[in-house]
Amino acid sequence: MKHLKSTLGGLALAAMLALTATGNAVAADKFITLQSTTSTQNSGLFDYMLPIFSKKTGIEVRVVAVGTGQALKNARNGDGDVLFVHAKPAEEKFVAEGFGVSRQDVMFNDFVIVGPAADPAKVGGMKDAPAALKMIADAKAAFASRGDDSGTHKKEKRLWKAAGVDADASSGSWYRETGSGMGATLNAAVGMGAYALTDRATWISFKNKGNFKIQVEGDKVLFNQYGVILVNPAKHPVVKKELGQSFIDWVTGDEGQKTINSYKLNGQQLFFANAS
Amino acid sequence: MQDFAESFSLAFQLIFSADADLAEIVLLSLKVSLSATMCACMIGMSLGAAIAIFRFPGRGVLLVLTNALMGLPPVVVGLAIYMLLSNAGPFGTFQLLYSPTAMIIAQTVLVTPIATALTRQVIADLHTEYDEQLRSLALGPFATLTTLLWDGRFSLITVALAGFGRAVAEVGAVIIVGGNINHVTRVMTTAIALETSKGDLALALALGLILIGISISVNAALMALKGTARRFAYE
Repeated sequence: MKHLKSTLGGLALAAMLALTATGNAVAADKFITLQSTTSTQNSGLFDYMLPIFSKKTGIEVRVVAVGTGQALKNARNGDGDVLFVHAKPAEEKFVAEGFGVSRQDVMFNDFVIVGPAADPAKVGGMKDAPAALKMIADAKAAFASRGDDSGTHKKEKRLWKAAGVDADASSGSWYRETGSGMGATLNAAVGMGAYALTDRATWISFKNKGNFKIQVEGDKVLFNQYGVILVNPAKHPVVKKELGQSFIDWVTGDEGQKTINSYKLNGQQLFFANAS
Repeated sequence: MQDFAESFSLAFQLIFSADADLAEIVLLSLKVSLSATMCACMIGMSLGAAIAIFRFPGRGVLLVLTNALMGLPPVVVGLAIYMLLSNAGPFGTFQLLYSPTAMIIAQTVLVTPIATALTRQVIADLHTEYDEQLRSLALGPFATLTTLLWDGRFSLITVALAGFGRAVAEVGAVIIVGGNINHVTRVMTTAIALETSKGDLALALALGLILIGISISVNAALMALKGTARRFAYE
């Protein structure tokens, strides 16, 4: 019996030591929490950009990558210091309601409509996005929507409106709302041969393309603007005002803007800096 | 099929290259899920044994509740814990959201009903078997409880393993309260979800294979411990 107890004790002690050893690796007091979107995270931009910022300032940036809708909701609750998202009307509303201090443009890219090589709705090469969506709807070709109130989803809803199609009415038949992130939606689209709206950065970095390709691109309405907002410390005193502001100053300043422009994947530039 | 073969070779490459990022994620997974299992067992085993042995008002309700809560959806637990720990929530001042502690809390909530319900069954069976003997020794209620827990220890290891399995496999709760932050709260399951969303299915599956390997190792280690302990106990 004594043996057993000492064996157990030794094991418990070893386990505790192993656990405390790993705990130290994450200790860092100078950090901000960035509520951002899956497109910026999945494209690898943050992995490229944030270490440069951290090295210069000693501030660690902890990214929570969710849809823009959820990011705005989290920031509304004060769970984050800075917002980095892409749904301008929703962002302006967020600031107008006093949850954010002010909003600044950071960078842009564009949305594209991807679809199977067979192109059942015959929209390949089109430029007019609403017209292409109308053709997809008329052909009742499958379309995979985010359906999660994200920035991409908000854009898609505006496009359907411009096309004069009530896509929601067909939800469950050819219009399929996945209710998940960009990557999961693309996986689903590729799986069922459905068209989908995606930002170009996610598409270029996406690895499960199957026989899919970009079918529609180049329309002005497909413009995708990213903005950055400091969460209002007046609403949530826990917000790290100085650290958050120094990130915003950096990312909208010369060095940050240059860093964004220099990020390339497969030789293609993914984001174009446009802070004023 | 190509993806499967690629995943297996990727999994081996990752393990044998001793990838630092992977090691960090694996250790955090173990830390969070083992801690949660430990906390949940401490609460659940005492509670389960108490429900098995004692008769008190509301016992039936508690019994049904713990059995039902074994199927608690992780995403609901994650959401509830998020709302409690959020800066807009009642426990926001502790600044626990997006930390490993938050993940341990969420998994503890998930595992506790499992530990409680399974322990109750183990102890209830033992209690029926030992009832007369315990009575003849005139043991008090607390002594009865500790005696039965000690005698049921080998079965209770299986209870702990069931709880650990639940904790280490879930993604719904930890991704909400942890936020899947690189180097801070990224664990195996959230890393798998992330790679899947990047469309890197081969890497995602490779991570899944490693997670299964971890689960097998933990189970094997505890089974070995059980075997050793049993030998010592009956020597």
